[in-house]
Amino acid sequence: MNFALGSIVLALIWAAITASFTLLNLILGWAIAFMALWLIRKNLASPVVFSKARKIVALGALFFYELARSAIRVALLVLTPNMKAQLKPGFIAFPLTAKSDGEITLLANLITLTPGTLSVDVSKDRKFLYVHALSVTDKEALIKSIADGFESKIIEVFK
Amino acid sequence: MIVTIFQYFSGFLMLAGSAFCLLAAVGILRLPDIYTRMHAASKAGTMGTGLLLTAIAFVAFDSAIILRAIAAFVFLLLTAPVAAHLLARAAFLTGHKPTEMTVINELDIKKLDK
Repeated sequence: MNFALGSIVLALIWAAITASFTLLNLILGWAIAFMALWLIRKNLASPVVFSKARKIVALGALFFYELARSAIRVALLVLTPNMKAQLKPGFIAFPLTAKSDGEITLLANLITLTPGTLSVDVSKDRKFLYVHALSVTDKEALIKSIADGFESKIIEVFK
Repeated sequence: MIVTIFQYFSGFLMLAGSAFCLLAAVGILRLPDIYTRMHAASKAGTMGTGLLLTAIAFVAFDSAIILRAIAAFVFLLLTAPVAAHLLARAAFLTGHKPTEMTVINELDIKKLDK
């Protein structure tokens, strides 16, 4: 995201949050956005490509679906009287295909909000993402479901 | 008419959202260790708050309030997993033992970047 586009988007978000679309408020928001972007100027990534919009929307839809499923699953689990019998918690090393910081961050965040999984940390060499799962019955199947679901979609979006 | 439908729909969303928030709290109480508790807090909590904010957006009929509700939901989605991840990581690095029920542990402290 380049400076001009980024600061305009941030200024619009500012106007939305402060609930006032007056010119003065937009200018204030833009000034704050500009300062914020200036602070992180070294970390700004390459421009967003708009042709990817569809893939991003697909990823978003998958995400909301999985979030609803996971919330319902946790809620049902908590309500089960013999909850402890269903719990098989475990830490799993998920081999990462995604390479860049952005991809790994997004994947870790999405994993945390999906059924039964919570990302804990990334290994030093960035080959593994350590995931905590609520019930580990089949480790390989769990790894495969993450790799085929979110990870492949994220790689497509970032490609 | 449409206002009434929106109000009923919003009421339904509010009830569902509160139920998820309650169940997140019950989960934190019932689950055995911090790692499993973070599951309840991050997922059910996010879902519950998200539903409550969506409910507000449906009855507000005011673009400023709708935009702020959506913005709050987006920020929640961005921050909740990071908070859960950092709490779990901090717990692990300070040596918090997972529950005895844990069936598999591939997490190796030597491979982590401290």
